[in-house]
Amino acid sequence: MTDRSTRLLFLASVFVIATCGLIYELIAGTLASYLLGDSVTQFSTVIGVYLFAMGIGSWFSKYVGRNILGTFIQTELFIGLIGGSSAAVLFLLFAQVNSFRVLLYALVLLIGALVGLEIPLLLRILKDRLAFKDLVSKVFTFDYIGALLASLLFPLVLVPHLGLVRAGFLFGILNVLVGLLTIWLLRDQVAWARGHAGTGLLILVFLLTGFAQSDRIMAWSEGATYSDPVIHARSSAYQRIILTRSGNDLRLYLNGNLQFSQRDEYRYHEALVHPGLARVPRRERVLVLGGGDGLAVREVLKYPDVREVTLVDLDAQITSLFSTQELLVDLNAGALKSPKVRVINQDAFTWLKQQTGKFDFIIADFPDPSNFSVGKLYTTAFYREVRRVLHPDGAVVIQSTSPYVARKSFWCVVHTLDASGFVTEPYHVYVPSFGEWGFVIASPQPLAAVADLPPGLRYLTPETLAGLFRFPPDMGDVPTEINRLNNQALVRTFEEEWKQYVH
Amino acid sequence: MNLPDITRRRFLGVAAGAALLAGCSRRSTRAIPGEMVGPSRERGHRLRDGGFPAASETERHGVVIIGGGIAGLAAARQLTKSGHEDFFLLELEDRTGGNASHGANAVSAYPWGAHYVSLPPNDAREVIELYEELGLIAGRDATGRPIYEETALVADPAERLWILGRWQEGLLPKIGATDADQREYAAFTGKMAEYKAARGNDGRRAFTIPVDRSSRDEAFTALDRITMTQWLDAQGYRSERLRWYVDYACRDDFGGTRDQVSAWAGIHYFAARDGVAANAENDVVLTWPEGNGWLEKKLRETSASRIRTGLVAWNIAPAPDGGVWIDAFDFRREQSIRFEARAAIVCVPRFVAQRLCAPLRGQPAAPLEYGPWAVANLTLSERPGGRGFAPAWDNVFFDSRSLGYVNASHQRLDREAGPAVITWYSALCDGPAAAERAKAFERTHADWCDLVLADLRRVHPEIDELVRRIDVCAWGHGMIKPVPGLITSAARQRMADPIGPIHFAHSDLSGLSIFEEAYTRGVLAASAVAASLRPA
Repeated sequence: MTDRSTRLLFLASVFVIATCGLIYELIAGTLASYLLGDSVTQFSTVIGVYLFAMGIGSWFSKYVGRNILGTFIQTELFIGLIGGSSAAVLFLLFAQVNSFRVLLYALVLLIGALVGLEIPLLLRILKDRLAFKDLVSKVFTFDYIGALLASLLFPLVLVPHLGLVRAGFLFGILNVLVGLLTIWLLRDQVAWARGHAGTGLLILVFLLTGFAQSDRIMAWSEGATYSDPVIHARSSAYQRIILTRSGNDLRLYLNGNLQFSQRDEYRYHEALVHPGLARVPRRERVLVLGGGDGLAVREVLKYPDVREVTLVDLDAQITSLFSTQELLVDLNAGALKSPKVRVINQDAFTWLKQQTGKFDFIIADFPDPSNFSVGKLYTTAFYREVRRVLHPDGAVVIQSTSPYVARKSFWCVVHTLDASGFVTEPYHVYVPSFGEWGFVIASPQPLAAVADLPPGLRYLTPETLAGLFRFPPDMGDVPTEINRLNNQALVRTFEEEWKQYVH
Repeated sequence: MNLPDITRRRFLGVAAGAALLAGCSRRSTRAIPGEMVGPSRERGHRLRDGGFPAASETERHGVVIIGGGIAGLAAARQLTKSGHEDFFLLELEDRTGGNASHGANAVSAYPWGAHYVSLPPNDAREVIELYEELGLIAGRDATGRPIYEETALVADPAERLWILGRWQEGLLPKIGATDADQREYAAFTGKMAEYKAARGNDGRRAFTIPVDRSSRDEAFTALDRITMTQWLDAQGYRSERLRWYVDYACRDDFGGTRDQVSAWAGIHYFAARDGVAANAENDVVLTWPEGNGWLEKKLRETSASRIRTGLVAWNIAPAPDGGVWIDAFDFRREQSIRFEARAAIVCVPRFVAQRLCAPLRGQPAAPLEYGPWAVANLTLSERPGGRGFAPAWDNVFFDSRSLGYVNASHQRLDREAGPAVITWYSALCDGPAAAERAKAFERTHADWCDLVLADLRRVHPEIDELVRRIDVCAWGHGMIKPVPGLITSAARQRMADPIGPIHFAHSDLSGLSIFEEAYTRGVLAASAVAASLRPA
């Protein structure tokens, strides 16, 4: 092989290495801001750590003695392997490992160090083939052009068309191909060329498989399920808890169902709490069933005469998340940490059956009745228990799914409350992220008409409040069955209605 | 062939299981914790073999009830209700319950036998009254229909069937049913609705509960002369799926196949239950985690202080003073006591009564056949699911000889997560009862585990990973089998007649082993005794 073509080969590899190196850095930065939020901090720290790691790699290059070419090829292959699969690894593991940051920066350090090793080794390989000034000028020129290409390719082509995981694998493959080409062209100069080639081919097959299976990896990783970056994912004994974040919009999903969006949750929670709570004659003792996010409790605490709030939520993971995680505590205004609030992690039905005291107001904010076990919390048997612990002049409010999408389900809840001996007042509100959403106020006796709304509400005013109780014809009352433990009419209706809506 | 982890004994156990259940023979190698429970065979055999010491003490009481199953407890409750306190109930086992026995562990209570009752027809007056007193019937709606306690009604979904590799809702096989099948289902259902509404020339319902309040019209009683299979043949029901379903119903309710039980009994299963509820469909049942153990506990509460367990009556004979003497052996004190009573209510199966009661001893044995049963309670780390319809209370497998399982945790009100107890049933009716009984008692706990798991594994391949414990009960004489001729025989009707001061109450006197029969007979016998004791 001529010296000229060797030089060209190496300069081409500088170009590829530089592009790949920057791509890995961008992938890590983007993923970090996807998964951890706060993109400025994430990009800044990832870039910083990456550059620092390159420094470490460069420093270590002096310990590479005789077998420079072999080491260079090995480095190339390993960057291909680690860098190429880094996006997939991070996506797959972010929900599984507790210290995701440790994993992230460990990977960034490793890739950075390997990339940092490359250029000094290359300089030493080329030092006898080029004049020093030419060497430095050419290597760095190609390095920076590669960087420019990467920084343009990444946002314009790779992320939109390939996605992070597939882009990672693609550049890993390019990296390995450069390594394999080097082995092939310089096979007479490289010690143990066959071994390197074998390793390279194995890695190549691995990366090609990853490239082909990227969609499946993304599906596993859940990141793809949600339109916004997932920042928290845990499985509790009862459900899969996912928090996503995009800009200032924090969203909570339980088992894939949206629970709230930060942008408009105030509409939902103001509408859930105030139309009922503002009208009961006394509100010393309030009970919240479900609603472990503390957002309903936040609204309840806006009334100074509320003396104690009991929150009963099945899932301790939810209540602890919403009393410790900073962003979430900001969102619920520290509601779950208030001295007035008592949090109980127990099943609402069994807990309720054991109670003897009375509550002035009860909020039932359960997940939608999408399965037989949640369906029990919407039955006449459950409402009988609610009534038993409700003060005779108090009231209960029930979140009761969308009267637009699941019209029969909504009215089934209303009629079930009617059948349980309550006076009912159905109402609805428009929550942009949910659509039309329905609630029912149920009370043993009719409530006073005057609502004593607390100050500082963003959605509810006496005017908007009056409008909530009017139902247009397309959401109007329809005949339904009564939901009982022994027929689960609501779950069956709900499944039927949402099936039609989704498909 | 060398099978390193299957010992010969275990292999034989599997072979036996496979023969019974046609299950596959893959087995787990680890031993599963659990034990054999159920009626004490030692005490039963001691009773059979005799040799009790003569009574060394005498007690005098108004009435002695022998047997603490539903009939005996019903009689005790009825006596208490009618103001009689001078009585005792003697029970051979250490606890009452009989077929309504139950157990409990940290996960759940669970049944060892009968596990539900259906809505009682109006003819079951005594049962309806009981349900009112227990609060199971909480009130009535404007049209007089009873409002049942919602938490006792079986929670939806009640039933599912495993067929062609997936679960469907309900037990009539829908998946893969042809048009011909569907036509026969409709015809059969229509026919049963007809029988449900039918009344005989004596004005009584053709089929009702209690059995003896059914019509004596020959048009219906003639059905007792043929088997259910013969009836299906005669009616032209060819659908294999329908015939399976009817066979399942016969095994489930009577412990016998449709070839064994009478057509009258087979139809009774579908046609007798016309009870209604204001707050449920008519075909719904009442159930509890501990099955009919819940009812048993309630019955026992009324007269708990008058129940003496671990006492076996071994001789019941008319006394010279017109009363009755009951010699009973106390297993704890190892001595016999003579109870001198004015009346006795014998609430044990007829084949036992024939040994105990002096007046019955010389008589030819009644032609009664009792089917053996196996019941296994499995404690699982979680409720098994499976492809298709959601987990239900009753989970039946189309192509199995078992009756599937009920989920004891199904009636829980909280959201199910974590461990569950399921109760697996099998009516051992594929061969003659005596042979099946002998086979059942030969099996060890490990044999039963193999058999039960082989049956469950085809439906829940993950069962070996879920199972934590298996307790097994083999019932030698689990249920009276309503073979042709039994229900309408004059001999059966006469068995319930008192012999002087000795009265009888047991569901086998009805020919059907169900709660309502046992309860009603207990109440009626106690009422008769109470009336006889009343000063003239």
